[in-house]
Amino acid sequence: MIVIESLTKRYGSATVVDAVSMTIERNSITVIVGTSGSGKSTLLRMINRLIEPTSGRVIIDGRDTESEPAHLLRRRIGYVIQGHGLFPHRTVAENVATVPRLLGWEPDRIRVRVDELLRTLQLDPAMYADKYPYQLSGGQQQRVGVARALAAEPAVLLMDEPFGALDPIIREKAQDDLLEIQRKFGTTMVVVTHDIDEAFRLGDRVAVMSEGRLLQYDRPEVLVMHPADPLVARMTGSAERAMRLLSLTTAGEALADTSANTATSNNSAGAAEMAADGPIIRASASLREALSELLWRGSESGTVVDDDDKPCGRLTVAAILARGRPR
Amino acid sequence: MRRIPTILRLAALGILLAFLLAPERFAALFAPLASAGASPIYDQGNIGRLALAHLLTVLIGCLASTVVAVALGVLVTRARGAEFLPLSRAVVSFGQTFPPVAVLALAVPLVGFGAKPTLIALFLYGLLPIFENTVVGLRTCPAAVLEAASGMGMSARQRLVTVELPLAMPLILEGIRLSLVINIGTATLGSTVAAKGLGEVIIAGLLSNNTAFVLQGGLATGLMAVLLYDGVAALERRICGSARID
Repeated sequence: MIVIESLTKRYGSATVVDAVSMTIERNSITVIVGTSGSGKSTLLRMINRLIEPTSGRVIIDGRDTESEPAHLLRRRIGYVIQGHGLFPHRTVAENVATVPRLLGWEPDRIRVRVDELLRTLQLDPAMYADKYPYQLSGGQQQRVGVARALAAEPAVLLMDEPFGALDPIIREKAQDDLLEIQRKFGTTMVVVTHDIDEAFRLGDRVAVMSEGRLLQYDRPEVLVMHPADPLVARMTGSAERAMRLLSLTTAGEALADTSANTATSNNSAGAAEMAADGPIIRASASLREALSELLWRGSESGTVVDDDDKPCGRLTVAAILARGRPR
Repeated sequence: MRRIPTILRLAALGILLAFLLAPERFAALFAPLASAGASPIYDQGNIGRLALAHLLTVLIGCLASTVVAVALGVLVTRARGAEFLPLSRAVVSFGQTFPPVAVLALAVPLVGFGAKPTLIALFLYGLLPIFENTVVGLRTCPAAVLEAASGMGMSARQRLVTVELPLAMPLILEGIRLSLVINIGTATLGSTVAAKGLGEVIIAGLLSNNTAFVLQGGLATGLMAVLLYDGVAALERRICGSARID
């Protein structure tokens, strides 16, 4: 858990971060979103003390970050930056091994860890370990950057615009991979982005910043339904807030909710409905995607299937639309 | 086609060594240039030894320049030393623009004749290229790489040694190479203050109006400079070739 207590950064008369307080839960992804100059990157960098705060403090798992030298603190916190910042004169394996080496791990332990991480990030060690960063594609470089940040098993991972340099198709994949990694390692992640879609896609909680102040910090659906500030409303997009709400729920989750409410009445009819026509909807797809698919096919309902392609229920347009309204 | 330069270099090295080890074999070649009755080949000392002393003087001077220029370059690129940049740059440029002959003239009364005044002149003359290249090399390290290094938890010293200096190394080596080549030529001046070197051959030629001597000293110096330039370039490629820095 990261507790930020009225953290402030001033440069001369300019206040870049203005008394921000927030609590970041363990094992969650918190996204800090804001326009450029909103102070979001400065806030992130004060967590690992790349920037020293003017006042206020940061407490990670009960320990004040000021209680040890900054470079030792940073070895316990993963850090990923835009444009990855890989060391161009070192191989992929050497890049990933940076922090374990600083921590003085045994060479064997480092080798095992590097291999494990490269595999997790879908980079075959035999093929990529000895390559230099310039020999990799942008997406691969980004993944090596993430592997390097995770190498010493940090409890906290800070990411500053980690997907900023990627094209949209690779970016979506990279975001999915990050969610996967978060589930696998249980790392507490703090991600800075200017992209509200990315914030909603990744964040368990989203913090909106503007001009150094924290405008609102809550679960994404709360930001959509009860924006605390006109700017938050503008950012979450009042014109498409219904669609945004739909994008926060997966088809699987929606189905679980409905069947819990109407379990008895639907059971007999359910079996018959299973056989009905309509497109296949993956349980992991968002309701927004499901709705789009149904509109495109002109169907009133579709069959939801789980990861093993096993049908687990029907989802109707009406049921989806009902979830696009504040309840 | 890449072999031709290598063959040329090896040939140049062969000729230089052959001449330095047994200059009398080239007598016929230089005879037309010698003044009447004079020896066509320098005979007032061992030309091979002079070349070795010449090379040694240059290497020692360059080593001193490198140590001081790189240290200064590191200092002025740190946040704490940034204010020394204009001063350092002025001092180093002064070392380059102050004529080596004048340095020799001023140094002799202080340290006497021989190799010492020459080393001082070479040291001052060699600072500028190494210093400037070190500063540029350290300053042009990509910001994202430096931020990552700090973000990973490297101390300032670890960052300098394991990231900044390796990334600046190609430019630093280039500065050293430039400085070496310039000083191979400049070192001939040392012979005016009795430093051992190939300048002796040239001066002997000038004094006795013997063009053959002048040409021998000049050619040997020139060949040495060219070969050294290529040699250090090859070394650079070996050191920096494994990782393309871009």
